[in-house]
Amino acid sequence: MAIDTIRSLLTEAFPDGSVEVIDRTGGGDHFHVTVASSAFDGMTLVEQHRLVNRALAEPLADGTIHELRITTKGIA
Amino acid sequence: MTLRDQIKQVIDDEPVAIFMKGTPERPACGNSMRALQALYQAGAPITAVDILPDPQIRQELSALTDWPTIPQVFVKGELIGGADITEELFASGDLGRKLDEALGEDRAQVVKTVAVR
Repeated sequence: MAIDTIRSLLTEAFPDGSVEVIDRTGGGDHFHVTVASSAFDGMTLVEQHRLVNRALAEPLADGTIHELRITTKGIA
Repeated sequence: MTLRDQIKQVIDDEPVAIFMKGTPERPACGNSMRALQALYQAGAPITAVDILPDPQIRQELSALTDWPTIPQVFVKGELIGGADITEELFASGDLGRKLDEALGEDRAQVVKTVAVR
């Protein structure tokens, strides 16, 4: 399942953080991920989203993720 | 001029550029629509590039910006984000402030579409 892959990639990339993945449409390819991690502290939103996009580069590139919404939060 | 140079020129020369699926008149994707709405509401001038006519536009754009998804919004040459960030910045008031700072408060809201291919 794509949702499990996404969750484990994000948990791996942000081991200290909390990760939530929602299948927005139930179709298994439109996701909303919410990540809270100290890795984001002091970063701009663009930098924060870059980290998430990088963690999900493979499923983004191979079409597993058709649409991705991202919400990021620092911890500090 | 190569396609990449053309894309770069739009990013660098236009006050606010959005690379989107479809056009402002006919957005072809919910996320492009969300980013556009935020820009409209913030009173941004908008220069839109439809990436759908040629898959190479998206490839070159993402290679240039290291940003995998569409839409992509730029203010004065700087990537401010995709749909989520643009919405978030609008909701917090930061988008308006950024535009005021970059373009002045009495900016005209002109919406246009340019083709790179």
